[in-house]
Amino acid sequence: MKEFSNNVDIKDWYISHFQAFENSLNGSSKAPFHQIRRSAIAKFADLGFPGRRDEEWKYTNLSPLLKHQFPVAARPTSLPAETVRQFVFKGLAENLLVFVNGRYSRELSNYRAPANGVIVDSLGNALKNRPEVIDRYLAKYAPFEKESFVALNTAFAVDGAFIYAPDNVAVEQPVHLLYISDASAGSHFASPRNLIVAGRNSQVKIVESYHGLGENPYFNNVVTEAAVNENARVDHIRIQDERLNAYHVYSLETHQQQNSVYWMVNVDMGGALVRNNLTLTLDAENCEGHLLGFYMANGKQHIDNHTAIDHAKPNCFSNELYKGILGGKAKGVFNGKIFVRRDAQKTNAYQNNKALLLSEEATINSKPQLEIFADDVKCSHGATVGQLDNEALFYLRSRGIPQEQANSILQYAFASEVFGHITIDSVREHLEEIIEERFARL
Amino acid sequence: MLTIRDLKVSVEGNQILKGVNLEIKAGEVHAIMGPNGSGKSTLANALAGREDYQVDSGEVLYRGKNLLEMSPEDRAREGVFLAFQYPVEIPGVSNANFLKTALNEIREYRGLEKLDAMEFLTLVKERMQLVEMDPKLLNRSVNEGFSGGEKKRNEIFQLAVLEPALAIMDETDSGLDIDALKIVANGVNKLRSKDRSFLVITHYQRLLNYIVPDVVHVLVNGRIVESGGKDLALHLEEHGYDWIKNEREAPVTM
Repeated sequence: MKEFSNNVDIKDWYISHFQAFENSLNGSSKAPFHQIRRSAIAKFADLGFPGRRDEEWKYTNLSPLLKHQFPVAARPTSLPAETVRQFVFKGLAENLLVFVNGRYSRELSNYRAPANGVIVDSLGNALKNRPEVIDRYLAKYAPFEKESFVALNTAFAVDGAFIYAPDNVAVEQPVHLLYISDASAGSHFASPRNLIVAGRNSQVKIVESYHGLGENPYFNNVVTEAAVNENARVDHIRIQDERLNAYHVYSLETHQQQNSVYWMVNVDMGGALVRNNLTLTLDAENCEGHLLGFYMANGKQHIDNHTAIDHAKPNCFSNELYKGILGGKAKGVFNGKIFVRRDAQKTNAYQNNKALLLSEEATINSKPQLEIFADDVKCSHGATVGQLDNEALFYLRSRGIPQEQANSILQYAFASEVFGHITIDSVREHLEEIIEERFARL
Repeated sequence: MLTIRDLKVSVEGNQILKGVNLEIKAGEVHAIMGPNGSGKSTLANALAGREDYQVDSGEVLYRGKNLLEMSPEDRAREGVFLAFQYPVEIPGVSNANFLKTALNEIREYRGLEKLDAMEFLTLVKERMQLVEMDPKLLNRSVNEGFSGGEKKRNEIFQLAVLEPALAIMDETDSGLDIDALKIVANGVNKLRSKDRSFLVITHYQRLLNYIVPDVVHVLVNGRIVESGGKDLALHLEEHGYDWIKNEREAPVTM
């Protein structure tokens, strides 16, 4: 495999594959969304990949990702059902949409068709069957004009999840979007695209999880958009537990209407190089946005969380808590923006981020960034970096708990402030199990 | 049970214990009294194995084993318990889970079956009564937001659950009002047995009215300068530590 030395060549490599991708779409290239794909690839050609001179990418070096030529994962593939089972959360086996290399797998999925007009389907199917909803919502929030990874995703977006809760319906069962990247036979580049639409007075719970198989490097470039209408509530959990051969870029854009509530709990454990761009837009009065994050990294992992909470209108509340544990030579980046627009009087916005460094060589770059244009607001932010509390460690050991276990107990305690907000018990318990095992290895 | 021979311990390069000798037999309660800075807490922490306490020389035999070579967790599993002077708050770790983990580690080490959730609950409910502890504290994070008295009761409650052979109580009386002190002392008295020894460290004689010791030692400037019966504590209360400092050249027989 030839390695590229600069961003321009690899950009062209992705662009050069758009034509072949377009041809593979057959009839669906006539749909309105395909015009958006075309605009997006043109935008991507303008933007290119960001470099480190770009302020937003100052601490994240993309060159390990950009040296790879990843072929586009265009064709659906499958996996043995027993391989998939290890990733299924207890209690969610019948609320499952499975995606392999970004493409929906009908035979691996298991979702009982819900009543009341709720739609839980692949985006691929929705693009064919539900043009009216797609045209109204898809690519309306994630800014492909500005963000190169969103542009790249939009250009190649062909599948993902489509979740639609109609007005006045509370979808009780959580939906699990299970993304498995199978890199055992070769490398690939996938562009999962999720669209969540919550109608007026609706409620919906979504769990996205990302896992990997095989040893070849691969690139997952995900975009999730959520349109949250009046008085709706969305509970959204993302768990990224890819393998260490994964490059993972995840962009979330939410758009909230009056009196709506959005809860996001974002957990990153895997991946060689991970970048999250999470933006909550509170675009009407009396909205609540909650953004909770936890990440853990070891070895040479790099996990970058760029978050933005945009208070566009008055009387909204936002709360952000981000916590990370870094061991080995791992690097963490946290950048938390809070915008309070001129109209957004009586805003309450709180942000806190805390990192635990378990080794001398682990690093965190942490930057809260508040931009406030209204004068009657309450905003606060805090950032701490520390080590495990030696006094607490000794206390646990003095009661007979071995050092390694005492370490994991304290790490778990640190993380629990975030996990405590996961309202879906089976997901929280599943995470607790994984995390406990990982902590022992940190 | 415990034999300390010529123990010298430094903290941050300063020698605090300058040759301590002590012998505690099974079932005995020994009190160590002394003025501030005499090395009482250093002795407690060195016995529990805290890292910052550097043993310069000397020997500590616990049930015939070299205690100083053991990790803090092994000391605990062997049956040594330190009731902390300042119990640490550990947010996010529930008191119940913490204690269950500790108890089962110790039980496993001793070749006993681990307790399941129900058995554990039955045990802790019974032991909580010993120190009249509010059962709600079980589900709270370890010591988080506990009052001073609640923290000390929690220490003695842990002692009651973990059933050590040697309990070291580091100024358990500090910060307790008289009612709380009586409750804690009463709990300790119920835990006294012919197989369990106590080393009670205190600045004041008050506690020893309720936990009556077999032997009282006076620690001054890193050495035990007097040992005697329970009356020694009363004598100290009356005459203060200056008496010891003045009189130590001329031995006092108690």
